[in-house]
Amino acid sequence: MTRATGPARLRPALRAPAATRGNALPAGAWWLWALGLATAASRTTNPLLLGLLVGVAGYVVAARRTDAPWARSYGAFIKLGLFVVAVRLVFTVFLGSPLPGTHTLFTVPEVPLPDWAQGVRIGGRVTAEQVVFALYEGAKLATLLICVGAANSLANPARLLKSLPGALYEVGVAVVVAMTFAPNMVADVARLRTARRLRGRPTGGVRAVLQIGLPVLEGALERSVAVAASMDARGYGRTAQVPPAVRRTTHVLTLGGLLGVCAGTYGLLAAQGGVHGLPLLLAGLVAAGAGLRLGGRRTVRTRYRPDRWGLRAWLVAGSGASVAVLMIWAGAADPEALRPGVLPLTAPVLPLWPAAAVLIGLLPAAVAPLPPSSSDSKEHA
Amino acid sequence: MIRFEQVSVRYDGAERPTLSGVDLTIPEGELVLAVGPSGVGKSTLLGAVSGLVPHFTGGVLSGRVVVGGRDTSTHKPRELADLVGTVGQDPLAHFVTDTVEDELAYGMESLGLAPDVMRRRVEETLDLLGLAELRDRPIATLSGGQRQRVAIGSVLTPHPRVLVLDEPTSALDPAAAEDVLAVLQRLVHDLGTTVLMAEHRLERVVQYADQVLLLPAPGAAPVLGAPADVMALSPVRPPVVDLGRLVGWDPLPLSVRDARRRAVDLRERLADVDPPERGIPAGAAPAPLPGPAAPRPGLLGRLLGRRPAPAPAPAPVAGVVTRAEGVGVRHGRVQALRGVTLSVAPGETVALMGRNGAGKSTLLSTLVGTVRPSTGSVLVGGLQPSGTPPRDMVRRVGLVPQEPRDLLYADTVAAECAAADSDAGASEGSCRALVSELLPGVPDGVHPRDLSEGQRLALALALVLTARPPLLLLDEPTRGLDYAAKARLVGVLRRLAAEGHAIVLATHDVELAAELADRVVILADGEVVADGPTRQVVVSSPAFAPQTAKILAPRQWLTVSQVRGALEGLA
Repeated sequence: MTRATGPARLRPALRAPAATRGNALPAGAWWLWALGLATAASRTTNPLLLGLLVGVAGYVVAARRTDAPWARSYGAFIKLGLFVVAVRLVFTVFLGSPLPGTHTLFTVPEVPLPDWAQGVRIGGRVTAEQVVFALYEGAKLATLLICVGAANSLANPARLLKSLPGALYEVGVAVVVAMTFAPNMVADVARLRTARRLRGRPTGGVRAVLQIGLPVLEGALERSVAVAASMDARGYGRTAQVPPAVRRTTHVLTLGGLLGVCAGTYGLLAAQGGVHGLPLLLAGLVAAGAGLRLGGRRTVRTRYRPDRWGLRAWLVAGSGASVAVLMIWAGAADPEALRPGVLPLTAPVLPLWPAAAVLIGLLPAAVAPLPPSSSDSKEHA
Repeated sequence: MIRFEQVSVRYDGAERPTLSGVDLTIPEGELVLAVGPSGVGKSTLLGAVSGLVPHFTGGVLSGRVVVGGRDTSTHKPRELADLVGTVGQDPLAHFVTDTVEDELAYGMESLGLAPDVMRRRVEETLDLLGLAELRDRPIATLSGGQRQRVAIGSVLTPHPRVLVLDEPTSALDPAAAEDVLAVLQRLVHDLGTTVLMAEHRLERVVQYADQVLLLPAPGAAPVLGAPADVMALSPVRPPVVDLGRLVGWDPLPLSVRDARRRAVDLRERLADVDPPERGIPAGAAPAPLPGPAAPRPGLLGRLLGRRPAPAPAPAPVAGVVTRAEGVGVRHGRVQALRGVTLSVAPGETVALMGRNGAGKSTLLSTLVGTVRPSTGSVLVGGLQPSGTPPRDMVRRVGLVPQEPRDLLYADTVAAECAAADSDAGASEGSCRALVSELLPGVPDGVHPRDLSEGQRLALALALVLTARPPLLLLDEPTRGLDYAAKARLVGVLRRLAAEGHAIVLATHDVELAAELADRVVILADGEVVADGPTRQVVVSSPAFAPQTAKILAPRQWLTVSQVRGALEGLA
């Protein structure tokens, strides 16, 4: 429990409490924080700032993630980010880039293409400017992914669903159960591959995959049916009797609201009709919201210990939002610093104030409740 | 509380009804145990109470099932959810949410109970089932016994008046089973809950039952009565009842305590007889390795022109089939095995015991080569299992996994056997002959999924034995088997041991270990804590002693058949 992280040095009263069910941060707060960082990342290509953002997200994840299965996804997102950077580089090298440049690094033999493929180039000169530009763009995308990964490993996906309106909750449960389908299938594949070994067959190769496929699908299907039976026997989908008038109003409101949202969005995006676009959209949203609320009357469900949005949640969400706002503002005030020049090549410098703004994103590592350390729960494993 | 009126259930495509003419009444606050051989419709009977039969499973139910005044034909399972709590055979298939506390609350949320009521009941249930320390844990990280308790807790929170449980203790180690049964006992006595449960491991549960519901044969009318009366005519019975019937006690004792009181003369009669020693049968030689069949290259191998590598010559087996020395295995942060040393001689049967998660399955996986030890060495038939290609390993060691179904891919029994013959390089028809030898009457054209548990186990065992491995490993082989199927399995394994196969079985079934094993190895936390002849290890342990040993302690009798032999010798 006594981990020597930042909070340990604060005064005891300010120190983050141990995480329990009662003070758990709402999943939404983590997502707002992560989306704030992601927004900030989308505003800059400065590799130093991007690196700082990844570092901030990584530090918070390391300080506040739990032992839960979803918490292990962070590493996968980092790998995905590196993969994105690599793909971006490979494309630049082999397919060329519209960017000119003077510092030729090397030349890939160019494939002569017929006239109709004008504008497409395969191979050719690769310049340092092109490579650096590709690296910057790739790093931006990778940082966005890593921010999403951070939210994924810090917030419990099932809790996020608990914040859905009542009328959508049942759908939400179905989605969660469906999502467990994938990890279970992965486990099944591992088990059946082991079983193949027991019968003296090689575990790799196309044949193995084909032979395992059917039993895996069968197993997954059987498990789904079993879960459905269990859910049914435990009262899933019990509905209350509502008067027909209410039911009809619900339908009208929901359908009308959705139509309004569609028409309003179209109005906003289309060249003409910008005048009634916004009011239509708002009216549609209100109607759809009212429809969902009324629809919630049909379900008898109640919520067990919903997450409370307290001061710590505000601080976590707010820190992400302020990083985003400050970065957008910095982008307007000093665009050069956030987008270091590629033509001509210049070394990126770390702009002081935006960097300080990014560091605000570290706040959750101090204020979010501290999950129990892994050694505490190991004895049961 | 539960009333069946002339109930028959017939599934689509079935030749005969699974249940017929069931007519019974179960009063409130009773713990009723449904017993019978496998395949007599116990699960169907339980499903009819919760309404899952026929609303969920299909099939036709005639007659009436009334639970707490509600007719299941007009009430769907979800409308019975506040009245009946159901836990199926596999607790994992029961969970909807991902943490313990949410799971306990899920049923109440569906019923729309007020938040403060939910909170109170969750706390009460956490205490009742001893789950308070696990409340925030993800369900995926729980052990078998903990999962079973969470599953029971999750149906308890809506305060159902009827609890239906299908094999609640089969997958559990003896101590965890005791925990679960103590909870059920408390529910019946303190809350007046009506409990209806099916269980094959009668030695664990029959003493707790108020009434026993016997389904003697498929389609036969069920018998409901006092446990002692029903046990007297039941085809399935625990060792304590078997012993009682052998000696002729009346009324039959159901618990070890009752039996011990009656057994004073029996102990005197047996005072001068020594329990038979079971040693390694003399003259047992290791099963000969089949000649190395040339492996055929796969499609890719043929495309790349790969020549099959010559199979390495089998190393001579010197006295032991397998030797594991100082084996350690890590799963992530968990040290699953720590310095385990074990050697098994030909013809020897070793039982691995220990609580859920003690490392039994990991040890078997290490022996068969699917898990590579991080420290120490394992040799099976002179080879390192994890570094040897599966095709060579299969002729040295065979494992029947916990779920025999994992071994089966083909869509008929015949195709499965043909595949096994070619996998093992055995002559055609040898697997099929083994199946018929292990269990006569397994039809050729049936899909392996449609076999009964016992038939499926026999098929998986035959598939593994086709390669005639000198070392045979079984993981929890008696789960879901009735006593008849278990007795057949014991016979088969004894014969294999006599032929010189070394057998290692991981099991929670103390009766099976007592019947079969020459040696018992107890694992705890990945370490060997006891290793010795069955009698010495088992008799002194309260958790692992079989019923016969408990009744006749301090003399070291292990099984009813030993006592029967001794009594016949005296007469």
